[in-house]
Amino acid sequence: MPLIQPDPTFYPSAREAMLAPPEELAYVALLDPAGGRPDGLATIDLSDGSIIDVHDMSVPGDELHHFGWNVCSAALCPYAPHPHVERRYLVLPGLRSSRIYIFDVKDDPRHPKLVKTIEPETVFKKTGYSRPHTVHCGTDAIYVSALGNVNGDAPGGVFTLDHDTFEPKGRWESDRGSQRLHYDFWWHLGHDTMITSEWGTPNQIEPGPSLELLVGRQYGHRLHVWDLAKRRHLQEIDLGDQHQMALELRPAHDPTKTHGFVNTVINVEDLSANIFTWYLEDDLWKARKTITIPAEPADPDLLPEPLKQFGAVPPLVSDISLTLDDRILLVSAWGTGELKAYDVSDPFAPRETGSIRIGGIARRDAHPAAPGRALNGGPQMVEASRDGRRVYFTNSLYRSWDDVFYPDGISSWMAKVDIADDGSIALDPGFFVDFAADGRRAHQIRLQGGDSSSDSYCFP
Amino acid sequence: MDLTSLLVLAGFGAFHGLNPAMGWLFAVALGLQERSRDGVLRALPPIVFGHAGSVLITLGLVSAARLAAPPKAVSYGVAAVVCAFGLWRLLKRRHPRWVGMKVTRWQLAGWSFLMATAHGAGLMVLPVTLLGGHEGHGGHGGHDAAALASQSLLATGVHTVAMLVTTTVLALVVYERLGVSVLRKAWFNLDLAWAVALIGAGAFAALT
Repeated sequence: MPLIQPDPTFYPSAREAMLAPPEELAYVALLDPAGGRPDGLATIDLSDGSIIDVHDMSVPGDELHHFGWNVCSAALCPYAPHPHVERRYLVLPGLRSSRIYIFDVKDDPRHPKLVKTIEPETVFKKTGYSRPHTVHCGTDAIYVSALGNVNGDAPGGVFTLDHDTFEPKGRWESDRGSQRLHYDFWWHLGHDTMITSEWGTPNQIEPGPSLELLVGRQYGHRLHVWDLAKRRHLQEIDLGDQHQMALELRPAHDPTKTHGFVNTVINVEDLSANIFTWYLEDDLWKARKTITIPAEPADPDLLPEPLKQFGAVPPLVSDISLTLDDRILLVSAWGTGELKAYDVSDPFAPRETGSIRIGGIARRDAHPAAPGRALNGGPQMVEASRDGRRVYFTNSLYRSWDDVFYPDGISSWMAKVDIADDGSIALDPGFFVDFAADGRRAHQIRLQGGDSSSDSYCFP
Repeated sequence: MDLTSLLVLAGFGAFHGLNPAMGWLFAVALGLQERSRDGVLRALPPIVFGHAGSVLITLGLVSAARLAAPPKAVSYGVAAVVCAFGLWRLLKRRHPRWVGMKVTRWQLAGWSFLMATAHGAGLMVLPVTLLGGHEGHGGHGGHDAAALASQSLLATGVHTVAMLVTTTVLALVVYERLGVSVLRKAWFNLDLAWAVALIGAGAFAALT
């Protein structure tokens, strides 16, 4: 049923969304590492970090990764307004299986209910793509990125799902220009511009990280800029082929701004990870390197096989999150086990304001909730609350990659930091979700009602 | 056209102007995007122009039908189309999409034309304009083209002025004073009212 007033979780601007009440629940995708059990969708009570519910998928082998909402604040956009719909469905793609699950959280938010499954064959037939990944609620449809075509090769791209029926509507691009590789996408709604990033084709990434591809600089290292309304490729931005794997895209939430941030996982020349700021200048989109996080020397005995020769741990920055006021950028260094915070009020001169340590390939730092216990994995999927005060993160990256960098097998957890007014961060000693008993690995977190990567806004 | 008809036409104009989906919200967004009230004001004429175009074309088509067909047939035809459209609006949710936030004036006018047409703005107004047709004229050929054309223009004009005033006042009040956060509470779902108004207007056409 349509609502009489707009869904109360919709906000015209990010500024107003920051006034939203604090989140009470988190939904977390769980991946089965062994391959025999189905993946799960966990519901976490954020008041005490307890696991309320885990809903198993219908079959094993999906490899849940990222997911998103059916609709969000973009429904208030004035050129395609439909604000009387409800944010109640979670759209969960299986990155390996290409199956898409739709969960309804309205009737009982603590126990999401599976209401629809889109089978891989339908995705293949309707879109020509496979390996669905990022989900964003758009102004006119649900947008989903896909890493490759049906054979697991390039091109990857974007397809859309109908808002109401969730049926795949088809490929999004009308002209893909030079774009072949794909990973993430997001947009500047005020400028009708979409940005997409590059990881690798399914055939390149599914067997695990390849030193050969890395040394050959074969993974993605470009951004692509698109006309969102005309669905046309406008230009590419090459970040430099030493910067392998350009992943998460965090455009400014204010639609009048024209900059954003992207992380590159590893520089093959010095093992550093980097953040680039993209921006619009004289009608051309450009990017500039604004943060470099260097590799950390470590005892080779503590390192997994591929890293022994270097005697150093690469930070492997795998995810970033931008608070809704476009002020604090959270950066996950999954390799070194560090979560960093930067003040990016000046997007070209980020200033580090905080850092915490947990896990890490060599360090294995503990959480204050269990001081004696060495943790593996590191800060990975990171999500900031709408008010920009709390940040939640999990520790698993991608199954076949987890096993290379943490060969002892990641024992999964979720932790939280609080952000202070000055941008410093501190681990909440009372919040530690331990998934060891479940045995599955936590990936993306979605906060009830929305978070800092779930919604986009048409008003400043 | 009597005073009642003019008031009803103006009332529908105000009703359409009130609807955020008919354009004032777009004008506010464009103003906010360039942080200028001029941006709001610049967006309004194309929006009102597109809306008026949609209404005028609807009325013009029916005027042409009235020249060719008996008034009763036109009335029932109009009643059927307007009611059916109202029912369709009631049952079917749509998310029209045509442009984004970067629009030229012509695109804005085109967007407004499409929004008005898709919402049946002209259809809602239509039955009122048929009123005059039953008085004093009987049978085929009771109208002359000039009278019908001037009537369509007058009806569109009255409707448009009312819409322009409502839309302008709302856009400026929201831009200058209330802020768009008012949308969170005050953006009532007009779809139902809109569909009921269409069905009511259709029934009116059939009964008079």
